Amino acid sequence: MRLHFERRETMSRPVMLAAPLIALVLAMLTSLILFAALGKPAGQALYSLLLEPFIGWYNFSEVLLKMGPLMLIAQGLAIGFRANVFNIGAEGQLIIGALCASALPVYFPEGTSALMLPAMIVLGALGGALWAGIAAGLRSRFNANEILVTLMLTLIATQVLNYMVLGPWKDPHGFNFPQSVIFPDAALLPILLPGTRVNVSLPGALIASGLAYVLMRHRFAGFQLLVGGMAPRAARYAGFSEGRAVWISLLIGGLTAGLAGAFEVAGPLGQLQRSVSSGYGYSAIIVAYLGGLNPLGIVVSAFLMAALFIGGDNAMVSADLPVAAVFVFQGLLLVFYLGSLTFIRHRLIFSRGRPA
Amino acid sequence: MTILAFILAGTLAAATPMLLAALGELIVERSGVLNLGLEGMMALGAAIGFVVTYQTHNPVLGFAAAALGGILLSLVFAALALGFMANQVAAGLAIGVLGQGMSSLLGKPLESQTLTAPDTLAIPGLADLPLIGPVFDQDIVVWLTLLLAVVIWAVLNHTKLGLILRAVGENPHAARAIGFRVLRIRLAAIAFGGALAGMAGAYASTIYTPLWADGLIAGRGWIAVALVVFGTWQPFRITFGALLFGALSLGGLIAQAGGIALPSQLLASLPYVVTIVMLAVISSNRRRMRLNTVASLGQPFSG
Repeated sequence: MRLHFERRETMSRPVMLAAPLIALVLAMLTSLILFAALGKPAGQALYSLLLEPFIGWYNFSEVLLKMGPLMLIAQGLAIGFRANVFNIGAEGQLIIGALCASALPVYFPEGTSALMLPAMIVLGALGGALWAGIAAGLRSRFNANEILVTLMLTLIATQVLNYMVLGPWKDPHGFNFPQSVIFPDAALLPILLPGTRVNVSLPGALIASGLAYVLMRHRFAGFQLLVGGMAPRAARYAGFSEGRAVWISLLIGGLTAGLAGAFEVAGPLGQLQRSVSSGYGYSAIIVAYLGGLNPLGIVVSAFLMAALFIGGDNAMVSADLPVAAVFVFQGLLLVFYLGSLTFIRHRLIFSRGRPA
Repeated sequence: MTILAFILAGTLAAATPMLLAALGELIVERSGVLNLGLEGMMALGAAIGFVVTYQTHNPVLGFAAAALGGILLSLVFAALALGFMANQVAAGLAIGVLGQGMSSLLGKPLESQTLTAPDTLAIPGLADLPLIGPVFDQDIVVWLTLLLAVVIWAVLNHTKLGLILRAVGENPHAARAIGFRVLRIRLAAIAFGGALAGMAGAYASTIYTPLWADGLIAGRGWIAVALVVFGTWQPFRITFGALLFGALSLGGLIAQAGGIALPSQLLASLPYVVTIVMLAVISSNRRRMRLNTVASLGQPFSG
């Protein structure tokens, strides 16, 4: 008896839709066993992780709050991933975006100008795009692998952030906490749903999703990007370049991550903190994949991942789980998802004897 | 100890975790597989190595357990990359996240606990030399890692095993046609890489800085991936690169010795900045990269 994969003639749509759900169930079961093995109340942990986020209006509104940045960044990253340009440094681009956006309120803490907030958002987006642009320039000019460069740029961005919040931008009246002054009202995003922290960045992220959908549907632009990234030589014959795919992918990814950074400091945080990101840049990679690199799928997967973040916060209290449990769960999700993805193009076959 | 000897000796120790992990990744990549989960495998090895050494007071057991943990995580990667023909970049990232999460989870109860570093092994004669003597007085893992670089060089270039591994990486279809089990050889390479990454993590957490702090790998797994590229897939060039980065990560001490006051964040960033610069400099020679790179790197193979 032998087990092997056989290529399907057409991609299986049912599997495509079921893959994330299968991954979710398998990740749940595995983490249940894992948490139990670590001596944690596994049932309580899963309840907190998966159900509690949907119980009560406040919990649910916090899910919506977290969904914004995850969705925004994942939409930007997916455009690159589809073109085989792997920007895995959204975390750093978010941090630089947050830093650039924070410059205005830090230097004008009494500012009241109505232009402050729009300027912060623009600065954040530009900062993120610039940071990713370094990787794009190095890849297209020097052939330097963008995976490693974006990752290294993230580690550097973290150090820049630490330097700023521990040094020049530290709030002098902040009891030595690594954070900036509290931003003036003119630097804060308007709240969308009264009584919650959900702000206008959520509709912003939804608009970005719409734009990503239009870009994917616009066949020629999408096609150029795809071929430029996946088959550079073929693209050159056709007259569009690898360089363009690299630049567009990284700039869009950096822009969305930078925006998300600006939205964080101008939104729920209201100041620049050392923990500005809580890992959104990394989690967005998983969101992008779980959403099938599809703009509509990403809206759903961002919602799920946001719930997982809120659930993780709850589980920290209720089941004494460290925050790392969320990352274990995320890793398991991606592992099982990548496995189930294979069944879209293949089916598993039992056969006797050795294959031809 | 003189400052010079201190720096040279520290360089070797600082280079060891990166070198050990990079040598494992070298074998994986030479077989045609790109495993980007190095950071996660090192983190997991660091946690397991620390916990086991802390409980048993037996560093050998700690290293063995860390190697086993690295192998297990690398087998998850192998299942995805080889069994399910998944995208290797995504599969590597997945086990990277998983490994780092598991590492934090396992290490949490021992936060800020310390271990006593094992004794060093002085090379007779050389260790008594004036000025540079301390360089030859290192823990045994440093020596074994350097020895391993030589062994890997010899195996890759002068044995049938090395030839088979290279054939599988350069042209898996041809290797299969002449009867080699491509997937089995790749599986063995991935497991070997996992074992070395796990031990590299254990070295970092139990010998180099024998104190548990979450996230202590701090990008060294990624630097190890970069080292394989810098070293253009050659063990001695990778060793040289690792030593360079070992020296860089001592930048803080060197600067202090020189009486230069720089923000610690700038010094911490130095290895990352140099990684980017080196990557650009070495990759920009496209012809040389094409000559040295592994032809089937990152491409799934279905037998």
